Amino acid sequence: MRELLSEPLSPKPGLGEQLLDERKISVFDCYQCRKCSAGCPLTFAMDFYPHEIIRLTALGQEDLVLESNTIWVCASCQTCTTRCPNDIDIAAVMDYLKERAIATHRSIPQKNVATFHQVFLDDVRLSGGRLHEALLLRMYTSRSGGAMAKLVNGTFMGDLKLGFELFRKGRLRLKPPQRVRDIDEFMELFKKAKVWGE
Amino acid sequence: MKVSYYPGCSLESTARDYAESIQGIARWLDIQLEEIDDWSCCGATAAHSLNEFLALALPTRNLLLAEAVGLDVVVPCALCFNRLKSAEKVLLGPEAAQFESRYLTHIAQVNGLETGAQSEEPIKNRIYQGKIKIWDLLDYLTQEAVLSRITAKIKRPLKGLKTVCYYGCLVARPPRVTDAQQCEDPTNMDRLVEVLGAQAYPWSYKTDCCGAGLAVSRPDIIDTLVQRLYEHALEAEAECIVVSCQMCQANLDMVQSRISHKFGKHYYLPVLYFTELIGLALGHPGVRTWLKRHFVNPFPLLMRKGLLD
Repeated sequence: MRELLSEPLSPKPGLGEQLLDERKISVFDCYQCRKCSAGCPLTFAMDFYPHEIIRLTALGQEDLVLESNTIWVCASCQTCTTRCPNDIDIAAVMDYLKERAIATHRSIPQKNVATFHQVFLDDVRLSGGRLHEALLLRMYTSRSGGAMAKLVNGTFMGDLKLGFELFRKGRLRLKPPQRVRDIDEFMELFKKAKVWGE
Repeated sequence: MKVSYYPGCSLESTARDYAESIQGIARWLDIQLEEIDDWSCCGATAAHSLNEFLALALPTRNLLLAEAVGLDVVVPCALCFNRLKSAEKVLLGPEAAQFESRYLTHIAQVNGLETGAQSEEPIKNRIYQGKIKIWDLLDYLTQEAVLSRITAKIKRPLKGLKTVCYYGCLVARPPRVTDAQQCEDPTNMDRLVEVLGAQAYPWSYKTDCCGAGLAVSRPDIIDTLVQRLYEHALEAEAECIVVSCQMCQANLDMVQSRISHKFGKHYYLPVLYFTELIGLALGHPGVRTWLKRHFVNPFPLLMRKGLLD
């Protein structure tokens, strides 16, 4: 990351202004105190620290932030948002950047995380309103393309065992959940929500 | 006491133990939980990560159902609670009119509902008026009135049980959404545990993230975060971890053997719901069934303490 930023950046207007316009969140209020990064429990898995994402967003560095690991590794624990002395909703900035990365067909370094979120919402839609956990795990395994890799590295058996244990303990409900009564109205909420890119 | 109840999706499946313990103790405490008819998913982390509209629309649908019933609504899942509160803040805030008109346009086609709420409209014309309170289950069950009911019904105080209370992220944070009074150092679970006769030890990781949202897609990250929690629980001299969120429970319980294996250290820290502890202290016969659904077997610990026969 340090090497990546060894070249001087040329600030571009755009990203920060759009965030302000669309979500009423001002990354320009940040004075780089780094409190967000100091409290973040996930920095060990990030390529940019949260305060760097905020600064890079203010400087309009779309390529860097939209293709970063950080926005997907963020667990939305809200510690940064809670502690920011300038009331910047940093976790919501991460959400905005994720949504934008999908919408603009960016290359996503954390494909599994994005796929999990997409499969989750697909599940809710297909199940007619409530999440069907058993279906979620099946769909995720087939769609993340992880099944083969898991067979190779041996974690597949571990997952299988976990699934079986859940079932044995009566915690994996195979029966689909109840569907909402007015299914058309419910689907309408999903229709215009472009969760899957354009 | 009668309240609406929004269980959320996972309480119908993987968190069945939590659901059963809630139903079990509510009955014993004369709390009538009325499940909201026709409820749907809150959208969870998936929705707020991918689509801001959906992230608010899904909980909004449930809030409208709850307000139509007219009773306060109790939510056992921290994530559902956070999403419902997020929607509440938008529906009652300065952006309400804008969001409302989007929401109504989405469902107007099928419903023939009025659209075009304007910002000058008085609050009484809004689709959601905020007449009901959204309760986190732990907050609800630690009100003074409920605590005294619990105290009166304790059959077997949990003497000698050494615990740390793990609150997780989303009931506490961010306080402008959750209205939490003590978001950095919540104490109501500690107080409850002490009322039940057990010990709640101080530790600094009460509200540190366990990363549950990444449990499936990045299990390696979970191992690091959760192992850190185990270490600090042990450092505080706890023998078990008490939780109030089913994602925390699953995330700390299901992978304990994997983490033990990975770090070459045998961890034995049963992860118990606060509702199960209430059931245990009240002598509820369902406790065994609930606890049998866990991955880390709590029976050896509880039997050693003389709390289960």
